Amino acid sequence: MSDVKIATRESYGNALAELGKLNPDVVVFDADLAGATKTGVFKKAFPERHFDCGIAESNMVGLAAGIATTGKIPFVSSFAMFVAGRAFEQVRNSVGYPHLNVKIGATHAGISVGEDGATHQCNEDIALMRTIPGMVVINPCDDVEAKQAVFAAAEHVGPVYLRFGRLAVPVVNDENYKFELGKGVTLKEGNKVTLIATGLMVARALDAAKELEEKGISTRVINIHTIKPIDKEIILKAAKETDFIVTCEEHSVIGGLYSAVTEVTGLECPCKVVPVAVMDTFGKSGPAAQLLDVFGLNAETIVKKVMENL
Amino acid sequence: MDAKLKLALEKQAVEIRKDIVTAVHSAKSGHPGGSLSLADTLTYLYFYKMNVDPANPQDPDRDRFVLSKGHTAPGLYSALAEKGFFAKEELLSLRKTGALLQGHPDMKHIPGVDMTTGSLGQGISTAVGMALGGKISGKSFTVYTALGDGEIQEGQVWEAAMSAAHYKLDNLVAIVDNNGLQIDGKVSDVMSVYPIPEKFEAFGWNVATCDAHDFDSIHEAFEKTNEKNGKPWVIVQKSVKGKGVSFMEDKAAWHGSAPNDEQYAQAMAELDAVAKELEAK
Repeated sequence: MSDVKIATRESYGNALAELGKLNPDVVVFDADLAGATKTGVFKKAFPERHFDCGIAESNMVGLAAGIATTGKIPFVSSFAMFVAGRAFEQVRNSVGYPHLNVKIGATHAGISVGEDGATHQCNEDIALMRTIPGMVVINPCDDVEAKQAVFAAAEHVGPVYLRFGRLAVPVVNDENYKFELGKGVTLKEGNKVTLIATGLMVARALDAAKELEEKGISTRVINIHTIKPIDKEIILKAAKETDFIVTCEEHSVIGGLYSAVTEVTGLECPCKVVPVAVMDTFGKSGPAAQLLDVFGLNAETIVKKVMENL
Repeated sequence: MDAKLKLALEKQAVEIRKDIVTAVHSAKSGHPGGSLSLADTLTYLYFYKMNVDPANPQDPDRDRFVLSKGHTAPGLYSALAEKGFFAKEELLSLRKTGALLQGHPDMKHIPGVDMTTGSLGQGISTAVGMALGGKISGKSFTVYTALGDGEIQEGQVWEAAMSAAHYKLDNLVAIVDNNGLQIDGKVSDVMSVYPIPEKFEAFGWNVATCDAHDFDSIHEAFEKTNEKNGKPWVIVQKSVKGKGVSFMEDKAAWHGSAPNDEQYAQAMAELDAVAKELEAK
């Protein structure tokens, strides 16, 4: 892990601008948040292909659905709360049901939004998006993965939900990393316990694994960047080869990674799965780094959960 | 409008009305009222105005039609079947298990359906997106979309209206089917949307009005939309819900219910009589 920290929303904006150079069909929609979602980087490079929809997310999703039928590849952006939450039904009926080639770049996901507080902290987006048939859901862990995920989303034909964060997070992957849609990544081998993490919790799971190894507990760490379709094979292997699993996510314990993992194990290899997540509660205001501690989304909690369940 | 063309469209409209009533009767559910109020406009679009080819339903240069008031799918399906996009027999399986024709328009499976709709307010946004796609691709197609007057109670309609004017989409024509009724009763009683033309005008649209059951009037309104001045067009058409079937006309109860066998026979007898009359002209 390098010392460099980059918010994945920055990675998103930069990747879009690169993608725009390679693919003239890429168009970007934003809802008066181009500065915050970082689609402003694309706007600067390709003003004729960037459309500000104003503060009207439902309409924005409809515009993207319509333009996708004319052969364009639209990326629509807003905060996760507003594009997955407010516009859920538009995503479901205008994009998901007709399986249109729309990419949703949702930023400011989870409680790491920070000071804006609960109204803007979306801990439900993975759950919402995961229930839409045919929707791909990706939650990248760092800058390297986020950029590659944007390119993978553009290549995939069909709707994709990309989840990005506001907080600068450590870069976990090196330049040789290759993102494969739907394929989990084993970051560290181990045979006693498996930490399955997504998004910014991947770096925290690696920190926890280091501490656990110091305690003599062999810890496997898996990065699940694609929550749908989920990599069943890597999860079942962990379920069989280690005593139990701890899932780590900056999302509600209901409907996110914990649910997705237990859906796999419950059917094919029942085992103990312990959640580290937002425990069915709303967020609150505060600096993001502090909030992650307040809500137990840190290495300390992961270590504690492992020790309790040994 | 040329008298011969007008007569041909009138004859076609009667066939579409018969198809609507037949499909809804066969399904034992569905939305005949708003399908019948839009029937003449659909006839005009598919048999005169729009550049569409049943042999090439995905032609990238074709005109598009988005039925934003998606519940009146029987109207759209009947027009598409009459035009030859799929076999007329499909209308008899409307809404049935395993049928091609879903309760609301499904673009993935039904030839000629340009957008999946049904959740009110969403269709117009997708139509704006299509028109925007046409503009930035340098294409010359026109996008048509039909909304119910009750539908424009949805806030998304006005988000869409704002954006169409903002992006200067003069390749977009919206039709508001003002039959004055919605499920719960009169639009003016449930939640007034009036005045409609002034609202669109204030949102930066060109406005035309017409009598939705007079092809001369329809033609005149649509001819106006040929003028491209950087603003989208809306045609607010005064229509009669259930038009063409005497006992359905202007009755909110026929928004979403199917005729029984006896009512079906009466409706078909009435429409057949009109067809005969037109045949004699």
